[in-house]
Amino acid sequence: MADTTALLVTRITTRERIRAVLGSDLVYSFLRSRVTIAAAMVTAIIVIAALLAPLIAPHDPYDLRQLSLLDSHNPPAWLSGGDMRFLLGTDDQGRDVFSTILYGSRQSIAIGVMATLFAGMLGISLGLIAGYTGGTVDAVIMRAADIQSTFPAILIAMLIDGTSRALFGEQRNEQIVFWVMVLSIGLSFWVQYARTVRGSTLVEKNKDYVLAARLIGIAPVKILFRHVLPNVVGPVLVIATINLALAIITEATLSFLGLGLPSTQPSLGTLIQIGQKYLFAGEWWIAIFPGITLAALVLAVNLLGDWLRDALNPKLR
Amino acid sequence: MLAFIIRRLLQAIVVMLTVALIAFTLFRFVGDPVNMMVGIETTAEERAQLRQDLGLNDPIVIQFARFVGNSARLNFGNSYQFKTPVIDLIADRFPATMELAFASALLSLLVGIPMGVYTALHRRSWLSNIFLAASLIGISLPTFLIGILLIFLFPVTLGILPSFGRGEVVRIGFWTTGLLTASGLKALVLPAITLGLFQMTLIMRLVRGEMLEVLRTDYIKFARARGLTDRAVNFGHALKNTLVPVMTIAGLQLGSIIAFALITESVFQWPGMGLLFLKAVQNVDIPIMSAYLLLVAFIFVTINLIVDLLYAVVDPRIRIDARPA
Repeated sequence: MADTTALLVTRITTRERIRAVLGSDLVYSFLRSRVTIAAAMVTAIIVIAALLAPLIAPHDPYDLRQLSLLDSHNPPAWLSGGDMRFLLGTDDQGRDVFSTILYGSRQSIAIGVMATLFAGMLGISLGLIAGYTGGTVDAVIMRAADIQSTFPAILIAMLIDGTSRALFGEQRNEQIVFWVMVLSIGLSFWVQYARTVRGSTLVEKNKDYVLAARLIGIAPVKILFRHVLPNVVGPVLVIATINLALAIITEATLSFLGLGLPSTQPSLGTLIQIGQKYLFAGEWWIAIFPGITLAALVLAVNLLGDWLRDALNPKLR
Repeated sequence: MLAFIIRRLLQAIVVMLTVALIAFTLFRFVGDPVNMMVGIETTAEERAQLRQDLGLNDPIVIQFARFVGNSARLNFGNSYQFKTPVIDLIADRFPATMELAFASALLSLLVGIPMGVYTALHRRSWLSNIFLAASLIGISLPTFLIGILLIFLFPVTLGILPSFGRGEVVRIGFWTTGLLTASGLKALVLPAITLGLFQMTLIMRLVRGEMLEVLRTDYIKFARARGLTDRAVNFGHALKNTLVPVMTIAGLQLGSIIAFALITESVFQWPGMGLLFLKAVQNVDIPIMSAYLLLVAFIFVTINLIVDLLYAVVDPRIRIDARPA
């Protein structure tokens, strides 16, 4: 059945597709806003630097053989007492701050992206099911969403983290902590997706194409994910961008509170927590540089989210 | 109206019971409560006796009912770390969190509303642009980072204002207050700014948005046509109508201020409930965790309920819309 519909659609060549993308309102509004271009560049620089961390970092902060306590507490290179080998100084264990920031951003971004994906998949699926099925299933899912949304996400993430401590005990190693973070942050952000997707599903399910699909006997699951999903996914992109910033903040906060990644495998939040102890000794570089990186990353992602929201909102055109 | 109140009350009770169920599951199934309470040298008989005394051999439903009953009477059991009643520990730290939360809420209203009004009235002025840019940064900076930057700026670099603790406190009955001593007030400044900054930007953006909306309405045009002064139009007519939604959001935000206080408390070592909860999560002290959870849920549900009821009083449409279709 799907083949007949495919034949009716005219073939679109790759070149036409590229031209359509370049001529779209989205690209136009992107190129018109200098702030958005700057935000996209900052995001790209941090993400690429984080991805290439093993290649461009001057030192490997995970390799204990390279570390020497003699190198610890060095100020940035341009201050007196600074060492040219350590551009932004070193921390209490003699790790190069610049390298730890690169590796730390990697952790922060990885957890943020995974958590956002997880929250998105969970929220979209539940929203689709709630909207399409209706009745009791809908009521149960949406009441659960109501209850969860009365609590701040960070509290839910902390609770899940605390539970994992009790469950895993001493075996809580870095690998487990990573996935616990993804799970706890993901579980605390699904509500918004579910509500949005449910709303659009309620509209879509009464349209003729869904009726047609049902008449020719396509299974409900296939209708939902192959036919309804592509039509409700637009607004989700905006939520996902803004949630990515929130997820990165939440991860950093949890790590800062000592509930996240350990200091052997630090994220940006862990680095700031380590640095906070040395702020009073005048060693500001350990906390401030990771802090600036975190703030720049979150601000840039937020600005991109703002732009996407305005660009996709037809009312503002 | 009565039906509306009853329906909202029932909803609130369902929410509280759900939270209680989560707290109970935590207490009962995450780690063994008996193992958490006794040392290694306790014999098997003593353990069995304790298990019997705690009622852990009863059917789960009865255990849950007992848990709800005890929680309603504020009996949350003993902390695993301190071996003292959880409610005493919380009561001890409750005033610190409340003073911090109210100071920041007050700060965010007193600064956020004027800033919002200014940016709405003078849309194109450079000061408005600075306020708006600053508010974007305020939303993007995580709370703990703001706290650290403030500590770096004031106590470390400039050598003014304390960076941790509550200063001297005065005890009045069961309440301890830092508001009556100079050192207590000084200690409150940085934590209150840290906690209030996010809410402040939120309120500023909200007031600005609402105000711009109101300024476009016909009755404002009519008021200007009647020749009223700018001051009377802007503040007597426009601001007054802006404040209803602002008060709602501000009320709802009070709950999240109390919850977010735990980040600020951690940065400034402020001896409040949040710090207690944080230590409890780190040490898997489940009685404190579940008590804090129930308390925060109670505060949230109560605030939500009050705001909803107030809204229904102010706006009769809600009472009618709330009727089942």
